[in-house]
Amino acid sequence: MITINDISFSYDKRNGDLFHDFTLELNAGNVYGLLGKNGAGKSTLIYLMTGLLTPTSGEVQIDGVNVRRRLPKTMSDLFLVPEEFELPNLSLKKYVSINSPFYPNFSMVDMQRYLDIFELGGDLNVKLNALSMGQKKKVFMAFAFATNTRVLIMDEPTNGLDIPSKSQFRKLVTAGMTDDKLMLISTHQVRDISSILDHVVIIDQSQVLLNAGMADVNARLAFRPQREGDQPIYSQQSAMGTLVAVPAEDGEETAVDLEMLFNATLQAPETINNLFTAQK
Amino acid sequence: MNFKDNKAIYLQIADRIGDQILAGTLTPDGKVPSVRELAAEIEVNANTVARTYDHLQQNGIIYTKRGLGYFVSPDAREKIVNLRRQQLMQGEMDYFLGQLKAVGITPDELRQLYSDYLNK
Repeated sequence: MITINDISFSYDKRNGDLFHDFTLELNAGNVYGLLGKNGAGKSTLIYLMTGLLTPTSGEVQIDGVNVRRRLPKTMSDLFLVPEEFELPNLSLKKYVSINSPFYPNFSMVDMQRYLDIFELGGDLNVKLNALSMGQKKKVFMAFAFATNTRVLIMDEPTNGLDIPSKSQFRKLVTAGMTDDKLMLISTHQVRDISSILDHVVIIDQSQVLLNAGMADVNARLAFRPQREGDQPIYSQQSAMGTLVAVPAEDGEETAVDLEMLFNATLQAPETINNLFTAQK
Repeated sequence: MNFKDNKAIYLQIADRIGDQILAGTLTPDGKVPSVRELAAEIEVNANTVARTYDHLQQNGIIYTKRGLGYFVSPDAREKIVNLRRQQLMQGEMDYFLGQLKAVGITPDELRQLYSDYLNK
């Protein structure tokens, strides 16, 4: 559905390319988690994917159309929730009536349902600038989900959300997801989203270090307390003793620990790459 | 739902459905929530829940009616008990017996402990 084809990009040519011949394919029906260290280029990649930045070479296509052309049929089926944003000084009702016509599949019923999930259901006449930062984020996300665009991209969506809203956010994703949609969530808060992902993409220094389905991670890697004779790819100390990421034995299936997966991938990218490209 | 356990999430969800069948919350030939309903309820990816349902179906615990969804098998209860017995014997029991041996609990003591437990 989204094809990132050999793109290169730099903010400042003197510092070299941030992305160089970068290629990635994302398919409908999946919730992707995009993980990377600070400065790895996650937000830049998102802006390139949504047509807000132009690659110096290569292109990003959604359903075969270059997003940089910003055709109405592309933009009306694409929604970006950036990490930081401003909302105009309007009532929620007015905001919806001005912005929803850009999205042919927008549903007021869905909007109401998502506001209810966030416990913001009551008052559509509420002024947007009277809301707290977290509330603004929730209202904006409810709108984003209600547009029913097939592509929904969110940059750090759980930043600034309080503890109950993180669970509500997961509910929004699982309730709003369908087989023809693609969601991409870029985040550092991996514990917030681990259970809702289909697929994880880890990038570093403009390389895709890992691009794997969660079921595949399940089958290839185990996350558990260390046993005698283990040759861990990655290990860390915890209150329960040493926890390790090791190649899974046949039939061994543990819950995926995204934090350990991330650290393992950054620490031993080649080992991880070999493990995931081997026949299984 | 809490995923502290280090079992794969789809297996944890299978355990949860098994618990509901054993507790009688889900009844024989009764309808199981749809994949999407359950996914939203427990905040887990729908494909993970679909995997759970595949797994339960392979074990004969649930069955599908075309277009109507998933239902609890009439003999689901026995199958779950059998499966759990197997898991217990292969997994926790081995560890438990090892612990008993390590602290020197004799078979007679164990027999006494277990009958006391059953009479509690």
